[in-house]
Formats: sequence, C-alpha cells, structure tokens
Amino acid sequence: MLDAYQDNRLSKTLLWSFSALVLLFLMLPTLIVVPLSFSASDLLEFPPREWSLRWYESFFMSSAWMAALRTSLILGILTAAVAVPASFLACFALNRLGGRTAAGIYALLLSPSVTPGILLAIGLFFVLAKLGLVGTLTGVLAGHVVLAIPVAVIVLYPALNRFDWAQAQAARSLGASWFQTMGGIILPQLGLSLSTAALMAFLTSLDEAVISIFVANGPSSTLPKLMFISLRDQIDPTIAAISTLWTVLISGVVLFFNLRDRGQNA
Amino acid sequence: MAITSLPITIDRVRKAFGTYVALNDISLEIAAGEFLTLLGPSGSGKTTLLMALAGFVRPDSGSLVIGGRDVTRLSPDKRDIGIVFQNYALFPHMSVLANVEYPLILRKVSKADARARALTALARVKLEGYGDRNIAALSGGQRQRVALARAIVFEPRVMLMDEPLSALDKNLREHMQFEIRRLHDDLGITTIYVTHDQREALTMSDRIAVMDAGEIQQIATPSEIYHRPKTRFVAEFMGEANILPIDLLHRDDAGATISGLAMIRAESFHLDPAEIAGSKVAVKGTLSTKAFRGENWLLNLKTANGDEVMLSVPATRSAGCAGFRPGQELTAYAAAATVHSLPEGAAR
Amino acid sequence: MSAAAYLQDARRERRFYLSLALPALVLVGFAALLPVAWILRQSFLDLGGNFTTANYGKILSSGLTWSALGTTLALSGTTLVLCMILGIPLALTLASTSTRIANRVLILIMLPLWTSILVRTYGWLVLLRKDGLVNAALQSLGLTDAPLPLVYNFNGTLIGMVHYMLPLFVLPVYAAMRDIDSNIIRAAASMGAGLWHCVRTVILPLSAGGILSGSTIVFIYTLGFFITPAVLGGGKVNPISIRIDRTLSTFQDWGSASALGVLLLVLVLLTGAMLFATRWFLNRGTRHA
Repeated sequence: MLDAYQDNRLSKTLLWSFSALVLLFLMLPTLIVVPLSFSASDLLEFPPREWSLRWYESFFMSSAWMAALRTSLILGILTAAVAVPASFLACFALNRLGGRTAAGIYALLLSPSVTPGILLAIGLFFVLAKLGLVGTLTGVLAGHVVLAIPVAVIVLYPALNRFDWAQAQAARSLGASWFQTMGGIILPQLGLSLSTAALMAFLTSLDEAVISIFVANGPSSTLPKLMFISLRDQIDPTIAAISTLWTVLISGVVLFFNLRDRGQNA
Repeated sequence: MAITSLPITIDRVRKAFGTYVALNDISLEIAAGEFLTLLGPSGSGKTTLLMALAGFVRPDSGSLVIGGRDVTRLSPDKRDIGIVFQNYALFPHMSVLANVEYPLILRKVSKADARARALTALARVKLEGYGDRNIAALSGGQRQRVALARAIVFEPRVMLMDEPLSALDKNLREHMQFEIRRLHDDLGITTIYVTHDQREALTMSDRIAVMDAGEIQQIATPSEIYHRPKTRFVAEFMGEANILPIDLLHRDDAGATISGLAMIRAESFHLDPAEIAGSKVAVKGTLSTKAFRGENWLLNLKTANGDEVMLSVPATRSAGCAGFRPGQELTAYAAAATVHSLPEGAAR
Repeated sequence: MSAAAYLQDARRERRFYLSLALPALVLVGFAALLPVAWILRQSFLDLGGNFTTANYGKILSSGLTWSALGTTLALSGTTLVLCMILGIPLALTLASTSTRIANRVLILIMLPLWTSILVRTYGWLVLLRKDGLVNAALQSLGLTDAPLPLVYNFNGTLIGMVHYMLPLFVLPVYAAMRDIDSNIIRAAASMGAGLWHCVRTVILPLSAGGILSGSTIVFIYTLGFFITPAVLGGGKVNPISIRIDRTLSTFQDWGSASALGVLLLVLVLLTGAMLFATRWFLNRGTRHA
C-alpha cells in the first residue's frame, strides 16, 4: 500500500520497530507462563532455578481440576452442537428473507455479544433460579449457547451470502429436491465455514468465565470458574500449567486454520 | 440422442416486485424445436420470464404450459428443463464428470449408464478427456461447455439459456454462438435464449422477441426485426438506425408524400447515387464527425433542420472518405426499398 | 391459478423461513432477552415485590455508584486511547506489507485473542508483580530503585484491558486500511504529500470507518469488563460491574444490583447511539464533500 514511500527508510524502520514492540506486548503474557509451569518452586521466580513437572501433576491428579476440565469440554461440545445448527438455519432464513425482517433478526441474534457479561450472568441467574436450574449444566449451557450464537452467525452469514445461489437453482433445475440440494450442493461447500463456526463456538464456551462464575457451581463448575477462584484467592502455579496447555492447544488451532486457509488459496 | 422437443405456451404471465412490474401480462407461443431469443436491455423482464419458466420466479397470474402440461406451479426439479446459467453455476466441489452425471444420478440412472451418457455429452461439447478435471482448473470457455453438457445430458425437452456467453471474450463468444446453434440443430431441443446483445440474437435465433419494460415489443424473424421494426425502440435497439421525418427525404420519383417517421439503417446509405439502381431517396447535410472503424467509415451528417444522420460506408467503397473535412456538404442516397416507415404510434 | 392462491404461497414460504430462524431466536430470547428484561423489572421492585423507584434513588445517592461510574468511564476511555496509540501504527504496518507477511503477523495477533482471558490475566499477574519480570527488568536497567506498584491497581487493570482489546481493535482497522486503493496513496505522493502528511490527510480519513468500528467494540466491551478488574484490580478498582457483584455478594441487595445493571445497559446503549450518530455524520460529510 505504501509503495510510494518505500525509500523512506527511517519512517519504515520506526513503524516496524514500534509494531514489533506492540506484538511483544501482545505475546508476552502468554509466553511467560510456559517456563513458569515447569518450575519446581512454589514461588513465581523467573527464570526458574529448578525444573519439574509437579504443577502438571497437581493439575492432572486433582479431582476438582479434572472434573472442571471434563465439564468444560462437555459444555464446549454441547454448545457447538446446539449453537451451530440453530445459527445455520437462522442464517439460511436471513439470506432467503432479506430486507428489514432479516436485518431485525440479525441484530437480535447478535445482541448477546454486546450485552455486558455481568448483566447476562445475573439476569440468567434470576431466570434459572425461578426454574430451579441454577448450578445445572443445562443452565450454564443456555448461557454459553447464547454467547456462541453471535460468533457462529458472524462466521456463517457472510459465507451464506457469498454462496452462489445460482448453484442451488441449477441443482433444482437438474432434478434435485430441496433436501438433495441442501445436502449435496449447499452443505458440502459450506463445510469449511461450518467447521470454523463449530470450533469458534466451542472455544467461546471453553473460554467463558463470567456466566459460569455466577450460574455454575459444584459439578457444573467450569475450568475458567475454578481458575478465577484460584487466581483471586492465591496465585497457584498449577494455573501456569493449565495456561501452558491452553496456549499449546490454541496455537495448534490457529496454525491449523492458517495452514488450511493457505491450502484453500493455493 | 433423440429428443422429442415440446412447444411452450406462455399465457398472460404477470409478475410484479412491489410496484415494479417485471412482466406485464406476457403471452408467447414457442414452437417445438424452435430457437427463440428474448432480447432486451437489463430490467426489460427477459430474465424474469426465463426464471418463471424455470420455476424460480412464481408469476402473480397467468400460466406456463410446456407440451400441453401446465407447469405454472410445478417445482423446478420436476420440470425437466435444461438450464445454462449466466455464470454457469457449476458445482465447484465436484469434478467435471460428476457435474455432468449429477442430473442422471438424481434420475436413478445406473452408475455405468450415467458415466457413459455423461462422457457422450462431454464429447458432444468437445470436452473429451476433461472428466477428471476440477471446475476451478477450467477456462471460461471450457466451463461454458461443461454447463452445456450438464444441461443436455438428461435429454430435457426444453432448454433455457440466460446470457450464457456474457462472461466470455469477444472471439470466443462468436465461436460459441455457432457451437450452441449447431448443438441446437443437432438435438432439436426447444430453446429459449436470453441476451442483451442484438448481434448475438440476430446470429443465433429462429425468432427474436424484443422486450422492454416488461412487455414484448415485437416478435419476428431476425431479418424482419432488423429491417422492419415495429417501434422506434426496436429500430434503435437493433443497430445503427436513423429515424428521420419522412418529408426530409428527397425522392427522385416524386411518389406520394406521406408524413411520419422513416427508419434507414446507417449501412443503407451510399455517397454515389450511381451505385443504386431504381428509385432512391436523398438527404443533404454537413459533415460533423468521421471515424475509421476498419471494415467501414462512420460519418455523421447534420441536416439543415438539425437532425443527425449516421452513415456507415464499407471500406471497399469509401475511396473519398479519408479526404472529407468536417463542415463539408455531403449528400447521402439510399434505395427507396430500404426506407422503412415506422407505423403510427411508434414514436417512443 | 387465482391471485389469492399465489399470495398464500408467498406467505407460506415466508413463514417457512421464519420458522427456520425460530430455534436461534428462542435461545437468544430465553437466555439473553429474558434475563435482561428480568433485571429491568427487578430494578423497579422492592423486597415485597411492589413497584418502587427506591432502588434508583439508593444507588444514585450513593457516592460509591458515582465513583464506580467514574472508574468505568476512565478505564474504557483510557483503554480506547491506548488501543488507538498502539493499534493504528500496527495496523498501518500490516497494511503496508504484502498480504502473505501480514497474514503471518496476524497469527501473532489472533493467538492472544483466542487465549483464555484467565490465562492472559494470570500472565500479567506474573509479569507485573513486585518481584515480577517487568520490575526486574526496570531495576536492572537502572530505571527505578524500588519495584513499582504495577498490579492490583488501576494501572494493572488498564494493562490487562488494553491487552485484551487490542487485537479486536486492530482487526477492523487493518481491514479498512487494506481496502484503500494503493493508487490513491500513489496519487497523494505524486502530488507531493510526504508519508506523514499522507497518513494524516489520506489514510486515516479513509480508514475512519474501521477505526470507528474498532473503537465501538473497545468501548462497549470494556464498559462491562468483570474478570480483569476483579483479578488485576486487587479489590481497589471498582467499576460498575464489580459494584454489581459486591452489591449482590455482600449485601444480597437484588434491587440495587439490578438498578446498577440497568445503569450499565444505559451506558452501552448510549455508546451504540453515539456510534450511529457518528457514522451518520461521517456519511453525510462524505456526501457533501
């Protein structure tokens, strides 16, 4: 974009060095926890003087942490399983309906993403309390799904709008029924967007803390809720181990997406 | 492939989108095996009419009959119509062969049979050996051929084509016009072809229906449409037409003077009266602009009362053109037979 | 075929599509709209369930509410300013390189975005402690003698919030800058505009839409931030979200908590309205220019 100024070396160097510092700022907190998680000490000393796997052990050996991990994974999968099909059908309807109706429904579906988490959390707590669902997996799931729907809609709606609908007409003219067109022509080509939406819905649930903090308890407590309590009370290096595992998982996911998209473009 | 083609009857079909009337009670008869072109500017309703026949646009009223069967409310997958879409609408997640086999598989044709018929269809459009290719790996012209093969492979009784050549460059487009016409002549399928390109329409069609503002302005053979347009719109849409008040023309045989408008095609004019045998008309004017276009010269004359006259002089008899100067007085002659007087009420 | 039958067909088709959107709408209605409506209702009820405006009277007469409001706006405003200072040059750098390199750098920006907020908060806790890496670095560089109080206060909260919001700010700004036609910048250069002049008079105005989107995201999100102030604020930073939690957990005062929630919602809606107004104003400006 700035090729007109490619000889302006000083500005270019300044811009790049500044950006490098900003990137360092972004990466630093995620990177710092990795060496700490392998420390043998209770203290958060850096660099660690001795190495060990004791914090990983304390994570995997703790029944409380393991229960929270299991809850979080189950919630993540259920969230994706509910939010993605619901969002897909809604986006399909929006695409076909168009106009003011579609714009209104779209705004409604995205509204949870701009509602402060604390409001959803205490409001949902009120509602669930009436229904006797506080502390249940169903209650937390409802909260997570409602946060995952905007994420899935943001991925799926543009994908459906980009889709060449003449293909659906072509399939119909060649003798395909509505369901054959959906299953054989539309869904296969939206596979990429659907899997992206599912993964992002899963991560949204896995990462969600505020609703879990207010609505979950006991067996429905999620990993972020436990991490929050642990962080607020005392700094337990077990969190460094969890954070490292998390970072590795997310790096894998981001890299996978990047490679896949690159493969798509090639 | 032996295909029994079917006639189509379109009876007072109307379609409005809000206050915009896309089809204003259109009626049209298309004979079995005919190649009919719907020609018109964008927004004239031609694509809407095609999509109504295909079943993607539901008319507000009127009926569509194909081979004696009312299909107005039949769902698109039950109509057995081969359609070639504007941007082909090939399925990018399937190979060329899978695209062409698709309608056969849906019709429960056996796998081996489907393959054989798809290969025959590909051969027909000169794409032997392309079956395993990805759609993304094909050129525009090749995609066009796959789309054709896919539309004919299940032996539809009617073919609809929606500006199928608009995405191709000029040379390929002209080549494909002949190929599509040849395919039509081989198969004899009733074909409705939509285009906004008058030259394409003239080249390919048995008959042309010129559409504007949701109505059919004129339906006739290409030559009739070109030489004997019914309205000013048709005359001007079909090529360089000069629409002049008839009394402006000086007739040498002093025939009956009529009032009204006359149409003379730019290429009907001659600069040398000796080139015309029989009675002729003449127009005087001063040269305003001239341009060399390779096969011809285009000259613009301005008559004494301000009318513009455009002349197209073939390069083979344009000896003097290069030397003309703007402002020069010129007289243009045309054979009286080439003067077409526009019917009353054709002023728009 | 009668006109009525056709009309019925069109209605039936519309109803079919609306029914497809129903599951998502029911979910959002149940778990987002209903809870917010419930808060609104609760804020006007006293303990006996009768209508009252006392809850609002109570929170508006409390100094704690006003200081919470101040803290909230200070946090959001400062976060936004810092996101602009850090994010706009980063977006510009990315937009000025090839898409290939930019996409690689974007991975580094996406990575923190998808890392759990708790992981990131923990990272900052470790970095900013008295004996943390940042203080150690400052001391060894001789910039300070005693460790600075970087966390469990306003500054720590601010750092955590900027870190959380920066990727979300950079992405729309980068997208807007990427969309600028290179020839426009070449034209500016050909007419004698230097780089900084060009950034100021051409690039920034043309990416105003992206900057506006990014700013709105930052402001709206940070208004309701809970985790970051709760952990990095160490009990000393109390924006409205924390006050809501306090009012509930310490005083069990549902009415006041709900009223505070409505106050937060009003702030979000005001920000949204400001966005619409600004966007309208921007569009109008371009049309008349």
